[in-house]
Order: sequence, then C-alpha cells, then structure tokens
Amino acid sequence: MNTPILEMKTITKVFPGVKALDNVSFRVNQGEIHCLVGENGAGKSTLMKVLSGVYSHGEYTGEILFNEKLQKFGNTSDSEKAGIAVIYQELALVPEMTVYENIFLGNEITNGFVINWNETIRRSEEMLLKVGLKVNPTIKVKDLSVGKQQLVEIAKALSRDVKLLILDEPTSALNEVDSENLLNLLRDLKKQGVTCILISHKLKEVIKVADSVTVLRDGKTICTLDALNGDVTENVLIKHMVGREIDNIYPPRKHKPHEDVILEVKGWRAYDTTLGRNILKDINFNIKKGEIVGFAGLMGSGRTELALSIFGNPARYRLSGEMHLKGKRVHFRHTSNAIAAGIAYVTEDRKGDGLILIQDVKQNITLANLREISRRSVVDNNAEIRVANEYTTALNIKTPSVEQKVGNLSGGNQQKVSLAKCLFVKPSILILDEPTRGIDVGAKFEIYTIMTKLVEQGMSIIMISSELPEILGMSDRVYIVSSGRIAGELPVEAATQENIMQLATD
Amino acid sequence: MTFIKDLQKVLQQNIREYGMYIALFVIMAIFTVTTNGIFISSRNIVNLLNQTGYIAVLAVGMTLVIVIRHIDLSVGFLAGFLGAVAAIAMAFWKWPVYVVMPVVLGLGVVAGLATASLIAQLGIPSFVASLAGWLIYRGAILLVTMGTGTIIIPDPVFNAIGNGFIPDIPEIGILPGVHKLTLIIGFLAIILFIAGAFNDRKKKKVYKFEVLPLNIFILKLVTISGVIGYITWVLSGYRGISWTLVVVLVVVAIYDFITSKTVLGRHIYAVGGNPEAAELSGISVKKMVYVVFGSMGMLSALSGILFASRLQSATTTAGTLFELDAIAAAYVGGVSAAGGVGKVVGSLIGALVMMSLTSGMNLMSIDISLQYIVRGAVLAAAVIFDVATRNRAK
Repeated sequence: MNTPILEMKTITKVFPGVKALDNVSFRVNQGEIHCLVGENGAGKSTLMKVLSGVYSHGEYTGEILFNEKLQKFGNTSDSEKAGIAVIYQELALVPEMTVYENIFLGNEITNGFVINWNETIRRSEEMLLKVGLKVNPTIKVKDLSVGKQQLVEIAKALSRDVKLLILDEPTSALNEVDSENLLNLLRDLKKQGVTCILISHKLKEVIKVADSVTVLRDGKTICTLDALNGDVTENVLIKHMVGREIDNIYPPRKHKPHEDVILEVKGWRAYDTTLGRNILKDINFNIKKGEIVGFAGLMGSGRTELALSIFGNPARYRLSGEMHLKGKRVHFRHTSNAIAAGIAYVTEDRKGDGLILIQDVKQNITLANLREISRRSVVDNNAEIRVANEYTTALNIKTPSVEQKVGNLSGGNQQKVSLAKCLFVKPSILILDEPTRGIDVGAKFEIYTIMTKLVEQGMSIIMISSELPEILGMSDRVYIVSSGRIAGELPVEAATQENIMQLATD
Repeated sequence: MTFIKDLQKVLQQNIREYGMYIALFVIMAIFTVTTNGIFISSRNIVNLLNQTGYIAVLAVGMTLVIVIRHIDLSVGFLAGFLGAVAAIAMAFWKWPVYVVMPVVLGLGVVAGLATASLIAQLGIPSFVASLAGWLIYRGAILLVTMGTGTIIIPDPVFNAIGNGFIPDIPEIGILPGVHKLTLIIGFLAIILFIAGAFNDRKKKKVYKFEVLPLNIFILKLVTISGVIGYITWVLSGYRGISWTLVVVLVVVAIYDFITSKTVLGRHIYAVGGNPEAAELSGISVKKMVYVVFGSMGMLSALSGILFASRLQSATTTAGTLFELDAIAAAYVGGVSAAGGVGKVVGSLIGALVMMSLTSGMNLMSIDISLQYIVRGAVLAAAVIFDVATRNRAK
C-alpha cells in the first residue's frame, strides 16, 4: 500500500517579488485520499498548477516523479496523458452542451473522422454510473445543479482513465447532502484504485475522508500527517496551518439585540417568469435592531432569491406580499431605492457580481455611494482617497495602496472590499450572502469580528450561510429556508446542526 | 541620473496612456519628412483638423458605447440623414438656423433613445438593433433626397461651422498675416494649464498623496505647453482656429469632464466594468444604456451637421462608413471591447491618427488601395499594443 504514486521533490516556484513555493516536498501514496490544507496563499493551488503542467517544466525548479518516472510536463495535456486530472472550483464544462458531449469533449470517440454518438452516449452512461449520477446524458449541463455538474466533471476525468484525481475545493459550492455524496464517491473511487488529492478549507470533511494530510504554510511544507490512527483533529490542523492555536474563531458578543423590529416581511411571494413557477411562497420573518439573523438552508433553497427580492429585486421576479421597514410599508422598484432606504447586500459571488475587478480599491469602495463624496454630481477625488483609506484601515484590507486593482488582491481582501462598499452606504440592515466562502481562517475571523462590531453599533445583519458552524456561532436567531419557504425558526440556543439539517431537508 | 531613471519609470508605468501620443507624434514626423514639410504646413494641419471633426465627435460617443459593452452601427447614416433633414429645413422650409440646430440635435437624441429601448427593454443585442437602424436611416436618407438629389444649403451661418474661422482682432501693426486671437487663446490655454497643474499638485501634497517627481512634472509641463504653443503657432499661420475645432474641443472637454469627474461618468464605467456589480450597487444599467445611446444619437446629429456644413450641402451618400471610422478611432485610442476601459481623449487622438494617415498618404499620392491596407495594419497594431501592454501591466 505504501508505494508512492507521486513524489514532488524540492519544488520552488518564484513569482516576481514572491516565493510562492519554497522547497516543497509532497508525497502521495498509491490508492489513498490525500488532503492538502493551508490558508489562502499558502501555495496549495500553485503546487497543483506545477503538478498539472499549468506552469511548464522550467518555470519551477525541483523534480516530479509520477508512477516512478521523472515527468517534465510542458502543458496540461501532457499531464492529462500521464493520467492526472484536476477539477477546479470553477467548473470547466460547456453549459450549452449535453452531458455526454461534455464528458467526451476533447476526447471524442471516432472512427478516425466521424464521431460515433451512439457509442459516446453508451460510454457516458457507464461513466455516470461510476460516479453515481442518475441523469439522462442527453440533457444539457446548464440544467443540472452545481453538485451534479461536479459529478459530470469527475465522470469526464474517469473517461480518460485517470490515475490521480485532484479536486480543488470541490465542496465549497455544495450543500451538506451533496458534499456527503461527493466524499462517499471519493471513497468508492479509492476502492477502484484511483488516487485522490483533495484541497479543502473544510477541516471536518478532511478529517472524515483523509488517509493522510499535508499542511502547507507560506509556501513551505509544514508536515504530513497520517490520518488513519486518529491523531488528526481540527485543532491540530489549525495549529499547523496558522502557526498558532485559535480556541474559538467566533468572537463573543457583549450586547443583546434590541427588542424593536426593524424589518418585517409578511406573506412574501416571488414568481419567476422564466421558470414559470413560484420560487418563494408564504415567507414571513422579521429582523430586530442589532441582531444577526442566520438564514440556513441548502444550496438552491431560495435564500439568495429571497435576499435579492428584498433588495430591490434586481432579478425582476413578480413579487407580492408586504415589507415593513422601521414600521413603514415600503416597495423598492430598484436596488437604488433599497440602498437609499438603508439596506445593503454583499453578494455570495464577489468576482461575478460584487466587484469591478478592473477598477481599483477606492473606486470599488465608493461605487454605491458616490453622492456622499461629490458636490453637484462632481466626484471629489481627494475625498474619495480619504474615504478609501479609512475603510482599508478599519477593515484591515491588505493592499499596497487604494489605487491597486481589486483583481490583484487575494480572496479574503476582495471580500473585505466588497464589504467595505456596502458599509459605505451606511446601511441599517446588512445582508451578507455566504460572507466567508473560499477565504482562509484568519480572514474569516476578521470578518466575524467586524460583524460583531457592527451589530454592537446597532446595525442588523441578515447572514445567509451554508456553513452550519458559522450559522450557529454567529447568529442570534436562525431561520431555515427550504424549497422557497421558511421551514422553521429557531433561537440559536435551541439550534443544532442536526435539527437545522432536518428542517432544511424536509 | 535619477532623472533618467524617474523618466523611465514614469514612461513604463504609463506606457498605455502615452503610447497613442507617441504614435501620433511618430506618424506626423514621418509624413513631415516624406512630404518635405507640406504635411506640417499651416494649411494642411487646419484642413486635417476640420476633416477629423465629424469623425471625432462620433468617436467620442462611440467610446462610451463600447465602454458599456455595446456597439452602434447606425451612427453613420443617422448622421447623413439628420444632415439632410437640416438641409431640407433650411433650403425648403426656410427655418432659421438657430431653430434647425437644436431640433436636429433633439432628433438625434430621440433616434438614440429608440435604439436604446430595443436594447434595454427587449434585450436585443446592440449589434442587431443598430444594424436595423443602419438600414432604416440609409433608406431614410435616400427617401428624403429622392426628389432633389443633392440639396444645396443656403445659410451662411450654418456653412461657417464647417468652413469658417474665429474672427481676429483688428490689425495693430505687429505680426502681419498671423491670426493674433488664436495666439492669444493658445497663450491663455498654456497659462491655465500650468496654473491648474500646480494647483492640483499642491492639493495632492496637502493630502500627502503621491505626485510625480518634480523634474518629471516640469518636463511634462514644458512638453505639453510646447505642443499647445506649437499647434497654435501653426494654426495662426493660416486662418486660425476653425469653428469645427472649437466644436470638437468643446465636445471633448465636456465629455472628458463628465467621464472622469462626475458621478454619471463613474456609473457608466462601472456598468462597463461589471454590469451585475453595478446593478447591485444601486446603479440602473438600463438607465445608463439610455444615457449613452441618447448621447450617441445627439453626437451623430452633430456629426451630420458638421459634415453637411463642410460640404455646404446634403448628399445621398453622406455618412457612408462613418460608423466604422469612428469605431476604428475608438479602438486605436485604447478602448477595450471587454468593457469598462477607454478614454474620450484617447479616441480623439485615435481619430487624429487615422485622419493623419489618410491626409499624409494623400499628399504622398499613395494609391487608395494601399491606404486602406496601411490603415488596417495600424488599427491591428494599435490593438496588439493594447493587449500586450494590458497583460504586462502590474
């Protein structure tokens, strides 16, 4: 069992000004599930890019031994031929193509010239069976949920006779049920002789599934732990990852929320004209001043849609029902009305619809409230820089200057810029949609601390999250959303992962 | 030695911005040599600027259209059609010029808003919506000129826009044959520019913001003042500043101010940079489409007025291919098709580059076939330069 399938020796990769990998050694045994953990920027993704040939031989120093042969991959197709497949966070499927077209894309079954579609479909069914996905291969990929798309991508890798499967944060976009299924699939694949490298921020699932764990920190290998004898615990991993122990990443709260209700939504219903059905129905909930209210639920349960329908309905659903803000009935025709009324929304997808990556930090921070820094519609550049400096200091955004393009910042810092933009509109209600997705432990802790400070100043926060520990650790009250309705409400003292999941899945 | 180093650093950091100016300078220098100085003669430069006018105003509007990730193909024939409308109003209906101009500009806005409503309300791709406009306005210009053919415009005020020059102060005995008011305006422009630059620098220092090293700052002032001075000197040697140049400079100044200094401008660039993020920041993407296409329609009308005035008539083929010249000028000027990037001053320079090529090659009697090939190559080179410097940046 202990023969290595992969050995990476003394890998060093230098970017201008940064040593991303510093003498890293990494060894993976045949047929194991090997987890790779570390904070953002620790070098996990860079290491995998070296392995898969994104950085070609010569762009790094060190040796890669795969299947006991020295490998010099010039590009990704070289590593694919050798039997290495990488599944990235951002899926590489063509949404408008069918499942079977996607599985054999770039690896078409032909008689030399013409594609044999019947054989392609038959083989696709075989592959889908292997990954336990029960869908018709002739449907389009865009009609599948993210979890199922991921399985299609794994099926695609399997169709190429993969020996080493690398998954980069595969569960970050999945709900608990889909995550569990995926981890089970990895165990099945292990039995079929496929070796897996799993990169994950979710330490619980790492502990559940790993045979061994390698920890990277600041571009160096810290240690490789054997997970089978049970020594690996969350605290041990966190200690190695950050170089210090974090006892409790959820900061304590001094103040209790006030009793006065600031936002009340009654009989809320949203009809999606393109889908032709109600995506939200009979929603009733309220938010109190100075309160953090968690909205738990599975991916696709309607939490984001609910948030957007309150926030000026940019998705243009047909809405009915009542919304009362500070006792007054309100109706927002556009996001600008919601912002003016004191509601701000931090999106779950900061790169897709939160930030303007080609603009700099200061332009992003001030975007939603330019009037504040302008006189007669003319922007005061100096005031803008002052405001941006204030917020970068207050939120500890790490950037060389406020004139740095946001696209060049790390994920955690981008999230803070996205948050700063929403705070600059000085909202009384802040909606955070997956506020800590894909950011490292240190940045998470900072976001939680900021949230705590904000509610102590009297702001109310709606926090949508798929991470149950975060819901339990941060909320005062929890609403559980399931298939477009509120399935339950729990005070945080009564909430447990189990009863939340039960409500979310019924 | 630090001076050279500073200069190198500043140039490297701003190569994208300065690249066009350097290109324009090089092209003008080359033509000056190959035409034995005829290219840089007062008369030719004045003509060159007047010819650039009607494309330049279109390029300014097109910059914003491309910035918000759209395109407008209808602007050429819209300009031609509205020029014909202006001609008919003055020649046949005997409307006074002061009524005709605002009415025609207003019609331009209406036409732009019509295109915008197809795009914003119905979600039709701008390429298709404006292609429909291209056909419709082409038909419309043929329709209104069907009975008459070319329409001669009788109004001297209107015709002065494309052919006239600002008046001079009376002769006072010094510098005979030189347009003195032009010189005075140039001189004032230099003073205002220098004062503004120092003021800005002082403000930035108060806030302890980063400023250019002093020697580079002075070099920049001297260079730009020199260029302004030289241009006014050249212009004053013929008949001075033309009304067309005044119109173009006013348009560019207004648009540059709006895009770089106002909330509206920032909202337009935000929509171009990431429409979803803009929408979630309380900016109405639809409204920006209406604003940008409305402005494009108005500038099309202005372009039509400049062109008709220059020819002192409206013709059946006016406006042909203007849209493609304007798009080319915008891309040469550094606008990015991916959206959110591009400056109106850049597009003005782009228009000047393209028109300089035409003018210079005409002076050299180069065949029209080769002229197209050279202009195409320059457009390709400009875009390649843009892509290359963008990937290298930071």
